[in-house]
Amino acid sequence: MGRIQLDKVNKVFGDVEVIPPLDLSIEDGEFVVFVGPSGCGKSTLLRMIAGLEDLTTGAIAIDGGDVTEVPPSKRGLAMVFQSYALYPHMTVRKNIAFPMRMAGIDEATQKAKIDAAAKSLNLTDYLDRKPGQLSGGQRQRVAIGRAIVREPAAFLFDEPLSNLDAALRVGMRLEIMELHKKLATTMIYVTHDQVEAMTMADKIVVLQAGVIEQVGSPLELYHAPRNKFVAGFIGSPKMNLIEGPEAAKHDANTIGIRPEHLTVSTTEGTWKGRVGVAEHLGSDTFIHVHDTGLMDMMTVRITGDIAVKHGDDIYLTPLADQMHRFGADGLRIA
Amino acid sequence: MAIVAETTKFSKVAWPVLAWIVALVFFFPIFWMVFTSFKTDADAVKPEFLFRFTPTLENYTNMTDNYDYWRFATNSIITSVSATLLCLFVSVPCAYAMAFNPSRGTKDILMWMLSTKMLPAAAVLYPMIFMAKSLGIYDTRFVVILVLTLINLPIAIWMLFTYFKDIPKDIIEAGQMDGLTTWGEVKEILVPLAWGGIASTALLIFIFCWNEAYWTVRLTTFNAATLSTLIEGNRAPEGLFFGRLSAVSTAAVGPIVVLGWFCQKQLVQGLTFGAVK
Ligand SMILES: Nc1ncnc2c1ncn2[C@@H]1O[C@H](COP(=O)(O)OP(=O)(O)O)[C@@H](O)[C@H]1O
Ligand SMILES: [Mg+2]
Repeated sequence: MGRIQLDKVNKVFGDVEVIPPLDLSIEDGEFVVFVGPSGCGKSTLLRMIAGLEDLTTGAIAIDGGDVTEVPPSKRGLAMVFQSYALYPHMTVRKNIAFPMRMAGIDEATQKAKIDAAAKSLNLTDYLDRKPGQLSGGQRQRVAIGRAIVREPAAFLFDEPLSNLDAALRVGMRLEIMELHKKLATTMIYVTHDQVEAMTMADKIVVLQAGVIEQVGSPLELYHAPRNKFVAGFIGSPKMNLIEGPEAAKHDANTIGIRPEHLTVSTTEGTWKGRVGVAEHLGSDTFIHVHDTGLMDMMTVRITGDIAVKHGDDIYLTPLADQMHRFGADGLRIA
Repeated sequence: MAIVAETTKFSKVAWPVLAWIVALVFFFPIFWMVFTSFKTDADAVKPEFLFRFTPTLENYTNMTDNYDYWRFATNSIITSVSATLLCLFVSVPCAYAMAFNPSRGTKDILMWMLSTKMLPAAAVLYPMIFMAKSLGIYDTRFVVILVLTLINLPIAIWMLFTYFKDIPKDIIEAGQMDGLTTWGEVKEILVPLAWGGIASTALLIFIFCWNEAYWTVRLTTFNAATLSTLIEGNRAPEGLFFGRLSAVSTAAVGPIVVLGWFCQKQLVQGLTFGAVK
């Protein structure tokens, strides 16, 4: 079981309130992603759940039991660090065995679990190596192995993929998702990368400056961002946010339209602009459009390709039903 | 291009030559001490015997027969080893706490510790002697061990602190998640990872203890007197017996020079505070 409840959790470092009082509940078996820009307090929040950081005020409960004052090892949680944090002086086998040895589990059980974990993580051939002799991806898997064998109530991941190169990252992302499907254990995953959040999460928690901006499924966040921050943060390329008279036409302070919700023409359309850079991805093309008079630069995403050159005139038409409207307070207008 | 080539050629020759000169200047007194220890006291002061003389072991036999060299040596060994161990016993947990759970005051405390090394020892000499006497611990190994420990604690804590700071905090935290107690963190993670640093520190502190003269000479007379006192004792009122003095000094620094020779690498690492890996 791994139901985690945060009740007015608050953290102050010196005189900086990094996390203003915050409530959140995480259901058993959920894959929850904390996403937000760097420095917004994701790690701090995760570390408070882990017990590595004291709460200034508030309470944390796991499966209904208050763990606010319980030390990290007694919370039944396992953490995978960004730096992997393997024990450099121990072999892979000893690293994975470590939490079991601390828990006083007998050798035979330890061995069985190590072998099973190593098998599922493709580490069998590396069990007698030291972490220094492994690649980044292998180290990451050892860190995961060390977490799995504890059979925790929940896994905590702090940006586990950010030290890996892009190709490896996609692979590890899938492995972690498969692990979640297989174990069906609660996972809390911290990242600043909204693509990771969108692809992995059952539930995304968007944070900014320690405040929860929105909680919801990836598609809820995509289709109905609660405010301008979430609208701009979720989705790639970023949503185009337009202020001023054009927004006023729609009875809003700001209107938002995603690059994929604009149709493009070289002859006619609602808004006129000039083609800047075009990023060709093969399947898609991102076109940067300047001089629309609406915002600095608008991004359009089209499927396939279009015959436009740098400096050409271009016409854009938003899909009316895909337009997001925000009020002066930045909140979504339904 | 020619200029560049010449400069590198010059520095290739000049630096080693300079290094050798400096090394010889440092080495010469030691050489001279050993050299003189094989002369009789009478020969040692005569210029005509500066290089040509009849070598003798008289000074060494004299030292063990008449001066009880081994009693002083035993005291040196016991006090230096005990003080080094006691020093580590206090400084390892202290440096650990400061490296991994720093507070706002940690930097200040470190500076304050170092500042105690800047206090002239003479300023506290008499209070220390009075205290030792009134507590009845004057001229005991206990007081020597205590003082050696105290004067070396700041440097030990500083050194260990710099080594411990190199250990990623994540690893300690992973240990906490995995169920380590504080003692377990020290035993399972800190000591294995900082082993080189702890050894360097221990070695350096041991050498400092062994060579310490100011306090050991003044806080002991007979029972707890160390080799420093033995050397000091050969500065007889009727003049210096250079031969004997050299032999005693050679016998006093001998063990530490041998130890230092074998642990060169550790020592260099220790003295550069881990900057050289
Ligand atoms: N131990 C600390 N002492 C003081 N400030 C801290 C400490 N840890 C984190 N902070 C501050 O708290 C904020 C949030 O940090 P963090 O949780 O690491 O952000 P994130 O993981 O989202 O990038 C940052 O502004 C950071 O400077
Ligand atoms: Mg972080």
